Amino acid sequence: MTADEAVGRLASGMTIGIGGWGSRRKPMALVRALLRSDLTGLTVVSYGGPDVGLLAAAGKIRRLVTAFVTLDSIPLEPHFRAARQRGALELTELDEAMFLWGLTAAAQRLPFMPVRAGLGSDVMRVNPHIRTVVSPYADGEELAAVPALRLDAALVHLNRADARGNGQYLGPDPYFDDLFCEAADAAYLSCERIVDSAALTRAAPPQSLLVKRPFVSGVIEAPNGAHFTSCVPDYGRDEAFQKAYAQAAGDPEAWAGFTERFLSGDERDYQAAVTAFRTREVRPAAAHGEGA
Amino acid sequence: MSAARAATRAEVCVVACAEAWRGAGEVLAAPMGTVPTIGARLARLTFSPDLLLTDGEALLAGDVPALGGRASVTEGWLPYRQHLTLVATGRRHVMMGASQIDRYGNQNISCIGDWGRPARQLLGVRGAPVNTLNNPTSYWVPRHSPRTFVARVDMVCGVGYDRAAQAGGAASRYHHLHRVISDLGVFDFRTPDRTMRLRSLHPGVEVGQVREATGFPLRVPPEVPRTREPTPDELRLIRETIDPGGLRDREVRT
Repeated sequence: MTADEAVGRLASGMTIGIGGWGSRRKPMALVRALLRSDLTGLTVVSYGGPDVGLLAAAGKIRRLVTAFVTLDSIPLEPHFRAARQRGALELTELDEAMFLWGLTAAAQRLPFMPVRAGLGSDVMRVNPHIRTVVSPYADGEELAAVPALRLDAALVHLNRADARGNGQYLGPDPYFDDLFCEAADAAYLSCERIVDSAALTRAAPPQSLLVKRPFVSGVIEAPNGAHFTSCVPDYGRDEAFQKAYAQAAGDPEAWAGFTERFLSGDERDYQAAVTAFRTREVRPAAAHGEGA
Repeated sequence: MSAARAATRAEVCVVACAEAWRGAGEVLAAPMGTVPTIGARLARLTFSPDLLLTDGEALLAGDVPALGGRASVTEGWLPYRQHLTLVATGRRHVMMGASQIDRYGNQNISCIGDWGRPARQLLGVRGAPVNTLNNPTSYWVPRHSPRTFVARVDMVCGVGYDRAAQAGGAASRYHHLHRVISDLGVFDFRTPDRTMRLRSLHPGVEVGQVREATGFPLRVPPEVPRTREPTPDELRLIRETIDPGGLRDREVRT
């Protein structure tokens, strides 16, 4: 299926989990399809990177569930900052581990998981709905009861997949993508390349098979589909592009220009604009000892 | 060896950070920031050879590369989800940054101002709440000022001693704030009421300067020792092996 078809199955107001971590292996082709859609009022659940920034800038997010939003090599995500500082979105701010165990609870069909995190911190103050639970055993410890982060849909991007939805990562970190899929009622998996099932383990070990097909509703072939975030070993983060993104985000006029240039068409237009950007702006600069 | 240039402030800070991991044993040293990263590698190369180090991503480094370089040996796999679960085992000593920190060691990296509508949105709480309740935690502040060392943090991310005690046994059971290291000195919480105490002054720094740069009453013992200076061997390791590019000097002014 295409990214637009996947997004066509979503509805306004849904809770959408987005895989990857920071500015790493984000399902950006699917995020761009979300930007092209008329969906609004989303609850986005993400270890946030530019997925959150772009969706926040486009006014798509009603509520964000996260532990951080960062571009990694650029610590602070400019659109997220701006959205928070103008009060444009509601935030459920969880600790990284609470987020993990919330997803785990959802995947395991449990209402909550007990966690030694959050207690004593202002995470409990800003999330008054989070309760504690007392151990029924002799220790009697009172722990945070992190509610399940059940998702209407998950969006993830992997290196390879077969057409049935078996997904494979070839980089060093699975992030939490299988967990997002298992915590969701429907998951859409984009990948760099769709290959035959037999090809998946021809050059990579079976433990690289991260996502299992019962948890995937649709597979999308999206070459360079994590751009401008990293998708190692296929490609690293496009630092020059990310820098241009962050710079443009700081100024409404520049952002309008960036949007017009890169985000006004479909995915093919986006990739063509990126190729042109790299040819015209990055390579000449690199020749002078700057840039990527 | 030839007479080395005297240690810079950044190099003293590196050694102070390294000292936080002395005696830590076979745990993951998880440094955030340049100077703590150099410090962790220095500790591993000298007095804490059992430390585990990451490559900054998903691998445990089997040897100690220069900053920006790649380890040539991998001794383990530690993707983010395993890193988060490792925290719960306690076999980790993290050194985090702090946009704000108070006298009890409550730390903030989330936002400045009212959380509901912050004046400045920062990173978010990240793993600070889970870190502080589960494994030894130290803090690194490269620019000691009253804006960072505050009477009250705007959002408690890392949990301090007062808040851990109030939150009960589950919160305080493994809670341990080990050190705070800034460009002016080294601090700990070894006081009866677990408030911050000046432990040592970096060479060339006076107590008055630290008090002026601290936005809360700081415990100062009658005799404050100097932070120890790097040995010639440590200086050589910092300058030639770990940070030949001099990145430490970008984080701490001399």
